[in-house]
Amino acid sequence: MLTYTLRRLILAVPTLIVIALVIFLLLELAPGDPMAQVPLTVPDEVREQMRIALGLGEPAPVRFGKWLWQFFAVEPMVWWDARFGTGFAEGTQRVISWQTRSPVMELVMQRLPQTLWVVGMAYVVGILIALPIGIYSAYRQYSLFDQAGTFVAMLGYSLPPFFSAVILIVIFSVHLGWVPMIYDTTHRVTDWESFTFQVRQSILPVMVLALQTTAQISRYMRASMLDNLREDYVRTARAKGLRENTVVLIHVLRNSMIPVVTMIALGVPSIFGGAIITENIFGVNGLGQLLLTSIRANDLPTVQTVTFMIAVLIVLFNIIADLLYGLLDPRIRHG
Amino acid sequence: MTVKSVLMQLALAAALLPQTAFAERGRDGQVNILYWQAPSIMNPYLSGGIKDIEAASIVLEPLARYDAVGEMIPWLAEEIPTLENGGLSEDLRRITWQLREGLLWSDATPVTSADVKFTWQYCTAEGGGCAQIESFDGIAAIATPDAQTAVITFSEPQPFPYNAFVGAQAPVLQAAQFGDCLGPRAPQCTQANFNPIGTGPFTVTEFRPNDVIRFDANPLYREPDKPAFASVLLKGGTDAEAAARAVLETGQFDYAWNLQLSPVVLDRMTASGKGHIVSGFSTLMERVVFNLTDPSADLGPERSTTAHPHPVLSDADLRRALSMAIDRDLLAEIGYGVAGRPTCNILSAPEIYASSANDACLAQKLDEARALLDAAGWAPGPDGVRVKDGVRLSLLFQTSTNAVRQDFQLLIKQWWEDIGAEVELRNIDPGVFFGSDPGSPDTYQKFHADVQMFANQFVGTDPEAYMAGWSCSRIPGPDNQWQGSNVTRFCDPAYDALVAQLRRTAGLKERARIVRQMNDTLVQSHAIVPLLDRGRLSGHVASLGGVEMNPWDSELWNIAEWYRITE
Amino acid sequence: MAEPTRAPSSSRTGDIWRQFRYHRGALAGAVILMLVILAVFLGPLLWGLDPNRLDPLNRDLGPSWAHPLGTDQLGRDTLARVMAGGRISLAVGFVAMALALTLGTLVGVLAGFVRWLDGPLMRLTDLFLSLPLLPLLLVMVMLFRDALSARFGPEAGIFLLIVVAIGVTSWMPTARILRGEVLALKERDFILAARAGGTRGWPMIRRHVLPNVLSPILVSATLGIATAIITESALSFLSLGFPPDFATWGRLLRDGTVYLETFPERALAPGIAISLTLLAVNYIGDGLRDALDPRQNPQ
Repeated sequence: MLTYTLRRLILAVPTLIVIALVIFLLLELAPGDPMAQVPLTVPDEVREQMRIALGLGEPAPVRFGKWLWQFFAVEPMVWWDARFGTGFAEGTQRVISWQTRSPVMELVMQRLPQTLWVVGMAYVVGILIALPIGIYSAYRQYSLFDQAGTFVAMLGYSLPPFFSAVILIVIFSVHLGWVPMIYDTTHRVTDWESFTFQVRQSILPVMVLALQTTAQISRYMRASMLDNLREDYVRTARAKGLRENTVVLIHVLRNSMIPVVTMIALGVPSIFGGAIITENIFGVNGLGQLLLTSIRANDLPTVQTVTFMIAVLIVLFNIIADLLYGLLDPRIRHG
Repeated sequence: MTVKSVLMQLALAAALLPQTAFAERGRDGQVNILYWQAPSIMNPYLSGGIKDIEAASIVLEPLARYDAVGEMIPWLAEEIPTLENGGLSEDLRRITWQLREGLLWSDATPVTSADVKFTWQYCTAEGGGCAQIESFDGIAAIATPDAQTAVITFSEPQPFPYNAFVGAQAPVLQAAQFGDCLGPRAPQCTQANFNPIGTGPFTVTEFRPNDVIRFDANPLYREPDKPAFASVLLKGGTDAEAAARAVLETGQFDYAWNLQLSPVVLDRMTASGKGHIVSGFSTLMERVVFNLTDPSADLGPERSTTAHPHPVLSDADLRRALSMAIDRDLLAEIGYGVAGRPTCNILSAPEIYASSANDACLAQKLDEARALLDAAGWAPGPDGVRVKDGVRLSLLFQTSTNAVRQDFQLLIKQWWEDIGAEVELRNIDPGVFFGSDPGSPDTYQKFHADVQMFANQFVGTDPEAYMAGWSCSRIPGPDNQWQGSNVTRFCDPAYDALVAQLRRTAGLKERARIVRQMNDTLVQSHAIVPLLDRGRLSGHVASLGGVEMNPWDSELWNIAEWYRITE
Repeated sequence: MAEPTRAPSSSRTGDIWRQFRYHRGALAGAVILMLVILAVFLGPLLWGLDPNRLDPLNRDLGPSWAHPLGTDQLGRDTLARVMAGGRISLAVGFVAMALALTLGTLVGVLAGFVRWLDGPLMRLTDLFLSLPLLPLLLVMVMLFRDALSARFGPEAGIFLLIVVAIGVTSWMPTARILRGEVLALKERDFILAARAGGTRGWPMIRRHVLPNVLSPILVSATLGIATAIITESALSFLSLGFPPDFATWGRLLRDGTVYLETFPERALAPGIAISLTLLAVNYIGDGLRDALDPRQNPQ
């Protein structure tokens, strides 16, 4: 198991470096100009100066090398310094965003809480809704409940979030005035009242996002349950006289959860990617919004860093999903 | 100031009296402001973005600034230095600014002329990439004879010496805070760039780039009863539509910036009376620009250079006919509503520069345009497209990708087709179109098309530099890496002479006369077709008082005066 | 030479159809999708207004007999624009799906069939699966839009770009599934028999492999259409899709949301069109998956 894990982790390194290179090259080809947002009143010579001040004058391989060094060496050192009060990173250059002139990692750390709260919460809520729907739908296949569950899932796949979000805002914020329409990222939960406000302000974005998760996971859960319900061991268990609840909720569910858990693990990186559209509509300025504004402003260091971090998470959670599968399914043993 | 406006001011003051009688700082709680383009930095010298300049203007202040009608008023300075009060030397090479008495930075240290001098050094330091360096053009030295006095010496006479330290884009920085941030180190001073120490009514307490900024009232602000609000929350993100809803419909925010939405939508949103729209015009003007040089790809490197005049658009009558075919009223109404004002001038503001010689263009004249084309020898061909000497009246019309501009393109295309032109449309990503990458073929300066549309303006109220942008020497071309503001490639020795004359002339009246003449020369050449003046358009809730839209400076210029209206 | 026994594909198709018919949702989905396609492609024959004709005098109108869905801010007929937008959106959906399917099938079948290609191709698939796709899609679209629209004209260029961008970022699941199917298939008797009979290479793939992996391809196809349509509308929503003067459902929806209270039909018409189409496609996919699953046996 350990050797398998190690082997997977080591194999991931070249993959990640290729990914970093792919992202860098794509961005390098971009025709946009980080100075384009500067108004026309600023003369061209000044823009050229500003561009050189950003380090854009250097050749591409140098910049890629610098970025690799900054990302893999400087940033961990900075983290280490902040954690243990050492001074390894003193005088080194961190990955700096062109738009804000501040370290990208600090932006990421600022954005992470709101993204984790809203997108992560939506993921959890989605799963919590999805699992019972999937289980019951499979158990009563083709029943009215199954049909309704299927419909909800299909709706989750089919409603574009920017359509459902705007309609929800108009109904619940503008007309009914129940919930705020723009998320306050500085809100802190200190007591019951502030907690209810936090719930009210996150409910719309969470619901919009949770619908998609629900759709995916409930279909998957249903399929997995159906597979297992047809297995011989179910018939045996029933024949042994076990109570129906025990058969379904213990035996079948335990086996059906194996692929669902891996599926859930595989979806985790998407939380960290943020939800670009939903975050933008509700003003939840998380990682997705950071990525979008950076892409629009041609802030390449930020785009490169954030995209690459998502890639790292994807690779990592792929490995975790595989390991989980091995742990949960006694039939698979990684040698 | 007219009698009427004096009366208005008096009435306003009277209305405010009962409140100011027992006013104290911070009595009105928090004001929530929404900028749908989020500020990314609080240092206007490192960003030319309007959003950043405005956010910074809550904290950082200049020596003088423009008020809502574009008049200069002293801010951190005692008064505006002029020839009359001796602040400006007779040879126009020295200007003396006197700081107000007792000014304090928010960290309780005094504001001195050394800070003024430092700010100049900061922006002009080698390798700093200062975005406002043009404001400090021509400054040879700044002397600080005493702590209150800064004497700026220019290397040449400056008929208009009020660019440095005037307006929100060129405020005074604290020398102590930015002292280690000169030149290449400027971007690395994150703490200072995000939390500048200022003299304004509020101080930054939390800055999250591209997300949210929190301010608290500055306890050391020079007016003891201001600001009325204890704190400011400036939120960024979402879009114009959501911002308008949050202010005009739900009242979740008190003030929203730049609500560029269709008039139909804004009318509906303001119908409930929960919020109001405020607007104001400065010098931002949307224009159609003709390429006077040949953009044909066959010319290779000489494409769109002065070596080859345009085969079609060199005909001034034709350009005039194309201008006549445009219905500016309709464009303004469809595109910008109350924030659009049809115009026939390059400059319609400040008022003294506005010429009245060209107003005839305001009415659309399709028949006259056709007649003009007939007379100029452009005869309709078999497919309806006019031809002259074997050259088809066929135009490629480009602009940046933007919903309103695409609507305008379609309308103008339809009108031009009506008078017998063939029009092909193209839109280019604004990041490329307005980007100044000399390697890109699609910038507005390279102008590889026949016609293009964009908006431009100038900072402050003096149009000298702006108008000089149409001199022959400012034509973009390969010899200057395609940089230069004369994208139409207009070149007229008489115009250049006016530019030189303006540079030598002091006295507002005489300068205004020359500027009007330059404006008329440009407009009557029909190389540039003004469409409409674009104003600022923002919204605030009905309970927010003291808002005065200022299109000449920062919209938040008088945030110290804002207060909550209580019933 | 005797033709080796072929897979019982013809009777299988019949089976699938029979199963599919039992799935009421899928059947309804198929009918709705056909109706949407008909409305969008044949509708203009009945509703002759030009979606691009400006009529500034009749702008911003509510629904009327002359304009059942009203007109937009330039006086263009919304109904005609929804139909025109649907043609583009559906075309994007089908073409992008076809591209993703072709790529996915190519990689999947090659990896499953050609032993020495298996490793590298699956590495490549893993690599693509590890890329954060939406950000890269956004970057790609920003990246190449001007180059392509200069080359092929604004409409064709952006169409090509969006279709290719969606295609190359969504072929991986198909490839993975097909590789698995092909590997399983290789051990089956009729393939072994065909191989013994001398069938090799392309004829083998075309005659024996492809017909038998048709079912997972079909399921992937329906999902692919849905993904492509929703991705296009998301790009349009972020203003990174087709240019503003070019009607697609995503673009119309984006422009319409501002008017949700004033002229709700402008947002609802394209919004419902997208949702209905996706719902139909997803139900068809669901039905197909049930029908193709050999273990499923509805009563």
